[in-house]
Amino acid sequence: MATSTKKASTKKKTAPKTNKDELISYYRDMLLIRRFEEKAGQLYGMGQIAGFCHLYIGQEAVVVGCRAAMKEGDQMITGYRDHGHMLACGMEPRGVMAELTGRIDGYSRGKGGSMHMFSTDKKFYGGHGIVGAQVSLGAGLGFANKYLDNNAVSLAFFGDGAANQGQVYETFNMANLWDLPVVFVIENNQYAMGTSVERASAQVELYKRGESFGIEGHQVDGMNVLEVRDATQMAIDHARAGKGPMVLEMKTYRYRGHSMSDPAKYRTRDEVNEVRGMRDPIDAVKDIMIKKKWIDLDGLKDLDKEIKATVAEAVDFAQNSPEPEPFELYTDVLLED
Amino acid sequence: MPQMNMIEAIRDALDVKMGQDKDVLVFGEDVGYFGGVFRCTAGLQEKHGLHRCFDTPISEGGIVGIAVGMAANGLRPVAEIQFADYIYPGYDQIASEAARLRYRSNGDFTAPLTIRTPVGGGIYGGTTHSQSPESLFTHIAGLKTVIPSNPYDAKGLLIQAIEDNDPVLFLEPKRLYNGPFDGDPHKPAVSWAKHELGDVPAGHYTVPFESARKVASGDDLTILCYGTMVWVAETSAKMMGVDADILDLRSLLPLDIDAIAESVKRTGRCLILHEATRTSGFGAELAAQVAEACFYSLEVPIFRVTGWDTPYPHAQEWAYFPGQRRVCGGIRTIMESQ
Repeated sequence: MATSTKKASTKKKTAPKTNKDELISYYRDMLLIRRFEEKAGQLYGMGQIAGFCHLYIGQEAVVVGCRAAMKEGDQMITGYRDHGHMLACGMEPRGVMAELTGRIDGYSRGKGGSMHMFSTDKKFYGGHGIVGAQVSLGAGLGFANKYLDNNAVSLAFFGDGAANQGQVYETFNMANLWDLPVVFVIENNQYAMGTSVERASAQVELYKRGESFGIEGHQVDGMNVLEVRDATQMAIDHARAGKGPMVLEMKTYRYRGHSMSDPAKYRTRDEVNEVRGMRDPIDAVKDIMIKKKWIDLDGLKDLDKEIKATVAEAVDFAQNSPEPEPFELYTDVLLED
Repeated sequence: MPQMNMIEAIRDALDVKMGQDKDVLVFGEDVGYFGGVFRCTAGLQEKHGLHRCFDTPISEGGIVGIAVGMAANGLRPVAEIQFADYIYPGYDQIASEAARLRYRSNGDFTAPLTIRTPVGGGIYGGTTHSQSPESLFTHIAGLKTVIPSNPYDAKGLLIQAIEDNDPVLFLEPKRLYNGPFDGDPHKPAVSWAKHELGDVPAGHYTVPFESARKVASGDDLTILCYGTMVWVAETSAKMMGVDADILDLRSLLPLDIDAIAESVKRTGRCLILHEATRTSGFGAELAAQVAEACFYSLEVPIFRVTGWDTPYPHAQEWAYFPGQRRVCGGIRTIMESQ
């Protein structure tokens, strides 16, 4: 198969099509992720979430756009910055929050924590704490799809940091060798913890990373939910048609630290503020909706209120859920009699 | 004498060696510009230069493999793996290359490299940020595995590791970075500043491998431990009012079996502690060696207190951690045995 890799800016610009209902639903999904993450950050500060907690704030358009292009039955798998993916998949905010706080009603009964949650129902395959390890698993999901002939496509998400793991390239090779229905979504938020892409990558245009394996790659504005959706649609269609994998590099940005204990000395406050002010994915959608008169300020306020209530309910639920009993340590290690 | 916590002591060891030997290089994920997620390498890049303390991509297999090549070609690399839980992609390079180069090349080539990595729980890290994989490494012939329990030993053992002519895995109990931790998470944190083992001499000194540290002397029972469990052992023995002979092993391979045998032959009772999972843990090796060396002196069966045979949980971390209650229970079991 001939390879082509394309940068977003070189593509012919035709404004992506959308409509009122669609855009409001993307807005709602992105806002839910943001409000949820803001609240998780607060709870962490209050000591109610312990350990590791990687917030998705700033990157909401990536997962919401991808999800919009997925069909029932398609799978998602990602790394440790996973709260947004779970919410976008339709997993219950209350179950996610209860897991973050280590409670029995969390998706992994409190034993997984922020980085380790799953849902068979929503075809969400985790939540993985080891950088890059999920990429090969994503190809395995694709292999099974092909073998079972179930017409499903798997989306394997990973970051710019994970893109340097050797197993990613072992996976690329197999995925294209066997034409697996998998889309590799690189969420390039420009910093692998405290190390910028430039300091860690010989080739910083990550969409080209599949080239030598014959995998087509595209760079996408990851702050634009509609462009994300359309690019993902193209990649999913390609995979579903039996043409093999594709690499999508979503150029995005995280506003918060890598985790909650990040001193953030590797970038300036101005840099963060500039992205927030100029490229915020949620503001961008809000502007379109207002301009097109699809929603007014009261409508926005109502939506915000509704989402805040959902998040508040999730927090309340989590706080009232008990911790797992100590015997739970031994459940689900192996199949029990 | 300078007061240091374990982070500062490790940084000082690296600084001393980098100052003495231009072939010593320090690298790993977020190690250079950022100074390491636990700050163990903060300031080293500014002081010794970008070419000697630098960031690597997130590529553990590559980090270890490159370190082996560097070491075989005359350098003394000190690689950091950010969490021991991330080391597995590099395991092949450690087990099959670093540890076997001398043997395979008839002694012509060696891999004098050090791999530093934080281990253990106590920070709510869950399954992928809390593990203690030491027995996966002590099982490898050709590799040394050491684990300090305090700032003084951390600096001395790390300098010893860097100067060693064979590969050394240097495990850092992350819960001890800022202070001794006796297993009670509800007590206010204690800092190293108030502890005599936080007195760390400036400049060069070493702590030899194969030299267990006597933490407490007693004749009632022997407690074998290392890393965080040293502090749990000390407190638990006091709580139980027993005269325990407590040995901080410091180096697991090579192992100071002479000190262990001397102690167990005298006390006739042996308790073994570790945070790692129980089955095939390092405690099993210790129990076997104690049985081999001291069988006829043992008055009661050897007893182990360890982590459970489960993944490290996010919730109920302290139910997993072998804290004072379990260690006291172990002491009671051994002392009440006839």
